[in-house]
Amino acid sequence: METYRLSHLKALEAESIHIIREVAAEFQRPVMLYSIGKDSSVMVRLAEKAFYPGKVPFPLMHIDSKWKFKEMIAFRDAYAKEHNWDLIVEYNKKAYEAGVGPFTHGSKVHTDLMKTQALLMALKKYRFDAAFGGARRDEEKSRAKERIFSFRNEFQQWDPKNQRPELWDIYNTRVNEGESIRVFPLSNWTELDIWQYIRQEKIPIVPLYFAKERPVVEVNGNLIMVDDDRMPEELRKKATMRKVRFRTLGCYPLTGAVESDADTIEKIVEEMMTTTKSERTTRVIDFDQDSSMEQKKREGYF
Amino acid sequence: MGLSIEEFLAQDERKDLLRLLTAGSVDDGKSTLIGRLLFDSKRLYEDQLQALERDSKRVGNAGDHIDYALLCDGLKAEREQGITIDVAYRYFSTNRRKFIIADTPGHEQYTRNMITGGSTANLAIILVDARAGVVTQTRRHTFLVSLLGIRHVVLAVNKMDLVDFSQERFNEIREAYREFIRPLNIPDLQCIPLSALEGDNVVDRSARTPWYDGPALLEFLETVSIDQDINMKDFRFPVQYVSRPDLNFRGFSGKIASGVVRPGDRVTALPSGKESRVKRIVTYDGDLDYAFAPQCVTLTLEDEIDLSRGESLVHSDNLPIVGHHFQAIVVWMDEEDMDRNKAFFLKHTTRTTRAHVRETHYRVDVNTMERKEAEWLKLNEIGLVSFTTSDPLIYDRYRDNRQTGAFILIDPVTNFTSAVGMITEPEDDAAFRHKADGQGIIIDMKELGIGEEHHEAVERVCEYLRRIGIGATCVPGRAEEETSPKEGTTKKWHY
Repeated sequence: METYRLSHLKALEAESIHIIREVAAEFQRPVMLYSIGKDSSVMVRLAEKAFYPGKVPFPLMHIDSKWKFKEMIAFRDAYAKEHNWDLIVEYNKKAYEAGVGPFTHGSKVHTDLMKTQALLMALKKYRFDAAFGGARRDEEKSRAKERIFSFRNEFQQWDPKNQRPELWDIYNTRVNEGESIRVFPLSNWTELDIWQYIRQEKIPIVPLYFAKERPVVEVNGNLIMVDDDRMPEELRKKATMRKVRFRTLGCYPLTGAVESDADTIEKIVEEMMTTTKSERTTRVIDFDQDSSMEQKKREGYF
Repeated sequence: MGLSIEEFLAQDERKDLLRLLTAGSVDDGKSTLIGRLLFDSKRLYEDQLQALERDSKRVGNAGDHIDYALLCDGLKAEREQGITIDVAYRYFSTNRRKFIIADTPGHEQYTRNMITGGSTANLAIILVDARAGVVTQTRRHTFLVSLLGIRHVVLAVNKMDLVDFSQERFNEIREAYREFIRPLNIPDLQCIPLSALEGDNVVDRSARTPWYDGPALLEFLETVSIDQDINMKDFRFPVQYVSRPDLNFRGFSGKIASGVVRPGDRVTALPSGKESRVKRIVTYDGDLDYAFAPQCVTLTLEDEIDLSRGESLVHSDNLPIVGHHFQAIVVWMDEEDMDRNKAFFLKHTTRTTRAHVRETHYRVDVNTMERKEAEWLKLNEIGLVSFTTSDPLIYDRYRDNRQTGAFILIDPVTNFTSAVGMITEPEDDAAFRHKADGQGIIIDMKELGIGEEHHEAVERVCEYLRRIGIGATCVPGRAEEETSPKEGTTKKWHY
């Protein structure tokens, strides 16, 4: 007997594929922001599914803050090569050459220059009119209110008070010259959905998500991994080997590890089901100020 | 218990998804109810709770209780005002189902947000305060819910603790509400007495309402059947993207708007009317034996027919309406009033075309549901409007098909989504519809090279055939496009 019922994962997959195709059909110069994280990996797989048997008709772009974990960069390059991706890598050259980094300039200045400004410069350079991001609404309060097709003015800013109504699956893709849309095909996915999908679809992810003995230092309650010698000497010498993994990936000095024995997806899910911390607590960046993500988003951050 | 993690995952992957909308007045305790659902279904993480306690002390409005509402009120400005002002989405899951909640405001000027939150919902929870009962806002929300075609409604009679869990009070409210929804199209109603703040009948049935023998709210949400909500009888496939990776492959990608399709099915491309058969249903995970709404697939056809984005594939024995002129219930969402001289962009399924407002028939007072005379609509007003589009739409009535009966209207200057519409009736003389049961013939005059001057004669033949029990429809050439849509509406407009 045939049944006409989709599991929630298949329903989410269908919603995302529809969104991705809509962007490819309606925009002149779309791009998919690729952060190397697990959500990005799912988003990329959904794009491959959307255009199968054809090739994905837009490039991937990674904004390199120059402070990512080394393993992330290695994974990115191997993955892009294997899948024959059209991959663009951009960074804020001026700030990089001026030596901007989280240890010397603090997380706020670093994030603004190496992530937000780098992204804005790259979007401008290529005149992209639509940019996919892997953000989910369950991650953070201000994201919960953002549309799937989220309008940005010519200064790339988000105005939470003046969002376009978004109904059914009919997306308003119209923009004037210089304006753009950020598109979030994973809006309705939760962290658990992402893990289940990675498991079901056998999607490769960066090994940092799995528990392993790694050198870490405790900084303000966060376990920061020693990834290179740019970490100040006085911190580095306090490093100890602990079995840890990462729930989210970003700049290594700004991303806390959690102690864990979860070295398979099943164990990660099991840990998640019983854990008492939500994933963004391991992101140092959220604690700068109250409503800080909303502030960053208004300024153009993803 | 004793489920291994593998067994748990295998089970969890099969859960379905229920999308729900919550609506209520500012003080009905809506955010508190959602916070309670998230909290009690154990999906709240400890640190979110800690942050919540910290925030409750600073800006909370719930006295000594944890202010569950703060979980839902995200944006800064809203926190300061103490009200939710936009749609916020929340996620939780139980052993039976995954849920997406669209939390929308009850505030008068924000009808548009409720419409936004409700457009994809299977179910609506309408909150009333047990002390106040059914008020104007309850009626407005219910009316909007019925307009959107949401089939399942829960009337959550909240704050029962403040009326001593009185059965009489609950019955009174339930009867008043039943009376009110009689003329509205709401096939499934469940009324539940509860206290969101104290948790009665939210997750577990409460000992304080022994007279109530229905389910607790969460129990109802977990078990309500939504299988009938999607139209599985009329196959509609708006082409979203044409896939041509190489010379040997030509596929039509899209989301099945409604119905079911199988290889071998006879299909008609609209608006051209050309026919073919489905050859393959292609997906990344392999070809399928059948596919159904809302799956995203790529179809290949037996014949090389011309078909592009914005056009549709449908079953040849079950055609939608194709036409330029129709009436729709419109909700105006823009600060700028409707301007009847504007050439709006109208987006419907995958097609964007120019559209003009021909006539506003009336507006509906959402508080009394009375029809009022209106020349145009302004923000948050709802009315019946006649449209003409420059390209024909391939559509169904919204009440038959939520996917192919809906559209948005985009302002050509600001690009804002000015309004949304739900098609009620075709106004096209040339509109043709052809039911699955009336297996029939389509006489496409252009296709057959029959001149427009013979239109009347062909129509007469069709009429005769229908009289003797053979379904037949005449599709005239495109010449009618140039003529004015209807007598009495020859107003001028310009692009």
